[in-house]
Amino acid sequence: MLATAIIFFREVLEAALVVSIVMAAAKGVHGRGRYVSAGIALGVLGSIVVAAFAGTIASAMAGRGQEFFNAGILLIAVAMLAWHNIWMSQHGKELAAQMKAAGHDVASGRKPLYMLLVVVMMAVLREGSEVALFTYGIFASGAQATPMAIGGVGGLALGVLVGCLLYFGLLRIPLSQLFRVTGWMIMLLAAGLSAQAAGLLSQAGVLPSLGGTLWDTAWLLDQRSIIGRVLHVLIGYTQRPSGIQLLFYALTIVGIYSGSRWVNRARPVARGGATA
Amino acid sequence: MRALPPFLFAGFLSLTLLAASAAAQAASPKIVIKTDAFQPKALTVAAGTRVKITVANQSGLPAEFEGKDFSVEKVIPAGTTLPVYIGPLEAGTYHFFNEFSPSATGTLTAK
Repeated sequence: MLATAIIFFREVLEAALVVSIVMAAAKGVHGRGRYVSAGIALGVLGSIVVAAFAGTIASAMAGRGQEFFNAGILLIAVAMLAWHNIWMSQHGKELAAQMKAAGHDVASGRKPLYMLLVVVMMAVLREGSEVALFTYGIFASGAQATPMAIGGVGGLALGVLVGCLLYFGLLRIPLSQLFRVTGWMIMLLAAGLSAQAAGLLSQAGVLPSLGGTLWDTAWLLDQRSIIGRVLHVLIGYTQRPSGIQLLFYALTIVGIYSGSRWVNRARPVARGGATA
Repeated sequence: MRALPPFLFAGFLSLTLLAASAAAQAASPKIVIKTDAFQPKALTVAAGTRVKITVANQSGLPAEFEGKDFSVEKVIPAGTTLPVYIGPLEAGTYHFFNEFSPSATGTLTAK
């Protein structure tokens, strides 16, 4: 029961943090709840399918299918997050102004919510398929269903609770600052996911590690602890980063930052929107 | 910014080639995952270079091969045999375990 609770909590927590940031970043846009819910539902469904075909996926591409698949999921999420930030750098200010003037949610027409749907789906899919596999594993090893279900629901509820805390914490930020903050958070989130993808591709032997372990901060903060996991998602904290991971992290930040700047320079009217 | 994409492309291409040559040199020790145990429990690999390890899961259940003090984390579905690349590691002793059945542990010595 405890093992199930722990793994559910851990994986749900990681996905819930992403969902919370995305929900906060879409504040005031009519229909965001529907899109994000659809993303979660598709992610859960996808997880079960992926877990069912785990053996086939893993054995594909000379045993490197899993890494390619997961890196693909991560990089799709990174692309959507980057696009979101670049879009917001152009429209964030007018969106916030509209919301302030209207005093309620504004029409969804302007903000492309489907990119957030994709991000949420990818986040849930990435964590969910592991939960599904693990759950199947203990179930097949003869564990009883009832305590497992209690553990699973408990872990799930706790993970969602932490996500909600982050979400409501973010909502306390004044509207004029909110999109700036979510912009930075999304940039760091994307950089962390990108570094994760680099780690997977390196583990698959597709990319070099460019230095196995640049530094080791496990003594300071264990990445498997709860705080370690939270920071792993929020800012991409990695206790033993390789060179390639650092490179991907930096390139993602530079890419998103300069992309946002470049878009603003191209259309000076929209200058000074939410950063990055 | 405009010059970046081709530069990036060239960068990644050369990285991929580097990886391919690194992969060609690596030896490949094998670990088998049994129910609640690894076989062998202790493994020796070369230090200071990229190492390919082959992990076979014969436990009949999904497993996850994970390093405690070195970076590796890979799900090994039941009945599959998968390669994984680690390192380069400094000389020393490292620990790994099966995340889905944490009582199964083993050590990796790099020299």
